Amino acid sequence: MKFLRDTWLVFQRQMQLLLRNPVWVAVGIIQPLFYLLLFAPLMKQALSAGGPMTDEQAYRIFVPGMLVMVALFSAFSGFGIIAELRAGVIERNRVTPVSRVALLLGRSLRDVVQLLFQAVLVTLLAVPFGLRVAVGDALLAYLLIGLMTLLLSSTGYALGLTLRSEDAMAPMLNTVIQPIMLLAGIFLPLTFAPQWLKNVANINPFKWATDAVRALFAGNPGDDAVWQALAILTPLTVLALFISSRTFAKSVR
Amino acid sequence: MIIETSGLRKSFRSRAGRESKTVEAVRGVDLSVAEGEIFGFLGPNGAGKTTTLRMLATLLEPDGGSAVIAGADLRKDPGEVRRRIGYVAQGGSTWDESTGREELVLHARMYGIGKADAQRRAAEALDTFELAEYADRRCKTYSGGQRRRVDIALGIIHSPKVVFLDEPTTGLDPQSRAHMWGEVRKLREMGMTVFLTTHYLDEADALCDRLAIMDHGQIVAEGTPADLKQEVLGDVVSVNAREVAKAADLFDNAEYVRKVETTEQSLRLYVEDGASAIPHVLRTLDAEGVSIEGIELHRPSLDDVFLAKTGRSLRES
Ligand SMILES: Nc1ncnc2c1ncn2[C@@H]1O[C@H](COP(=O)(O)OP(=O)(O)OP(=O)(O)O)[C@@H](O)[C@H]1O
Ligand SMILES: [Mg+2]
Repeated sequence: MKFLRDTWLVFQRQMQLLLRNPVWVAVGIIQPLFYLLLFAPLMKQALSAGGPMTDEQAYRIFVPGMLVMVALFSAFSGFGIIAELRAGVIERNRVTPVSRVALLLGRSLRDVVQLLFQAVLVTLLAVPFGLRVAVGDALLAYLLIGLMTLLLSSTGYALGLTLRSEDAMAPMLNTVIQPIMLLAGIFLPLTFAPQWLKNVANINPFKWATDAVRALFAGNPGDDAVWQALAILTPLTVLALFISSRTFAKSVR
Repeated sequence: MIIETSGLRKSFRSRAGRESKTVEAVRGVDLSVAEGEIFGFLGPNGAGKTTTLRMLATLLEPDGGSAVIAGADLRKDPGEVRRRIGYVAQGGSTWDESTGREELVLHARMYGIGKADAQRRAAEALDTFELAEYADRRCKTYSGGQRRRVDIALGIIHSPKVVFLDEPTTGLDPQSRAHMWGEVRKLREMGMTVFLTTHYLDEADALCDRLAIMDHGQIVAEGTPADLKQEVLGDVVSVNAREVAKAADLFDNAEYVRKVETTEQSLRLYVEDGASAIPHVLRTLDAEGVSIEGIELHRPSLDDVFLAKTGRSLRES
């Protein structure tokens, strides 16, 4: 099928370029280490206010939050697309009969692969700190993280192609991502939040995703949060892919 | 005709501060380009050359008008147009971190060409454009001219029927430009129709079989470079003589002279074909014993054409 072939073509190229510049691997290891070493102990103390807590329990709450955080950052994909736009690569792609959905999906799948690599890394780095999680639960959690990445990176691409300038993109992303991050309970679970804040957080799809990943890391794949998150993220992802591939079809210069 | 357009239009709304204004970039372009020719678009900055090309290359939706390119209708079947054309953007299209060969293979594959065939075509194109030496270096290490050659190679990697080249030689040194002309002619020899834009008069003159002069979104003249120049003024034979007035009288009734002008020391004769007129002029002057100090043939340039059609010089605009 042409669409699959085209997607593979774009994906391959993006992977090739990614692997050519492996700085991101180092960054991918160092960043989570900062959080694991410098922030997790603090959070454990803070959470112990609600009752004594083991390292394992603390990391089961903390690591999922971090996974969602790195997934949220995949919206920064939009910066890369602006550079490609400027180099004329997007226009060069658009003048060929290549599938427009493939132009997006090939790139977003590269982001998913990169992110899953990072997610596995974060999980493994947390093991020496006491994290324990069943493989099946972790895989389901990665599926959720992968969906989120697909959703956010394609949104990032659509934004980049629409705004066409880093200067417009940076404040835009910051303004959107900050409240999403805070309202997802990434650093501290929202169980401590006042009721009004909980109500606001409920309209944040990534709050549901964080809850679901936490449930999975706690060993409860049957928790309602898991199917709820899937039910929320799937249509959103499809919608984002649809909108974003349309911007690939018509974006100018 | 391999390209036929009619009434192609495009305007842009641009915002300057708070007020938004409309730029009519292309205002009704009618063109026909014959198969196998090098067709040029000559015009100053902002004339609408790129906008027209981008519409023809399916990158930009026209506001109005229609076009048929290599048998495919631009509005109804852009997908088919894409398969049949190549397009090289004014600003280039290579990615710093990729090598020339990788770019060529990938681009060929985006046209649905299989891997082995794509690699073979890439190798061929690298040879044709004398890039083999740099093929496996990253594009960011290329010189401007090398990079431009990769751009052109990308545009033709799938052997399109028509290739659009937006300012193929801008920014190249004179030697590379001459080289590029040779390469563009090679494309014609391969059977492609080449549609290029330029704002170099000499390039339009030397390279193009036919050209259209564009200004403010409209075509102001169209034809072969020679025809365009003929049509406007013809050649000028200017004669330096002491007895200008007497000499001028001699040509009042000569049928090959369209117009006679005199200045203090010289006589200007507007003729259709200067080269064949000179012997007649000399014979006439000699027969009447008018002694001359010099004779000069001035062939009109495309700039004269532009000047005649727009009242401005292309060199100044
Ligand atoms: N995307 C756009 N948005 C707004 N205005 C545009 C856009 N693209 C082109 N224009 C305007 O349309 C006009 C024609 O531009 P175009 O790029 O077609 O000119 P050109 O003949 O290619 O010039 P040059 O020789 O400088 O490349 C210009 O006034 C330009 O500012
Ligand atoms: Mg231009």
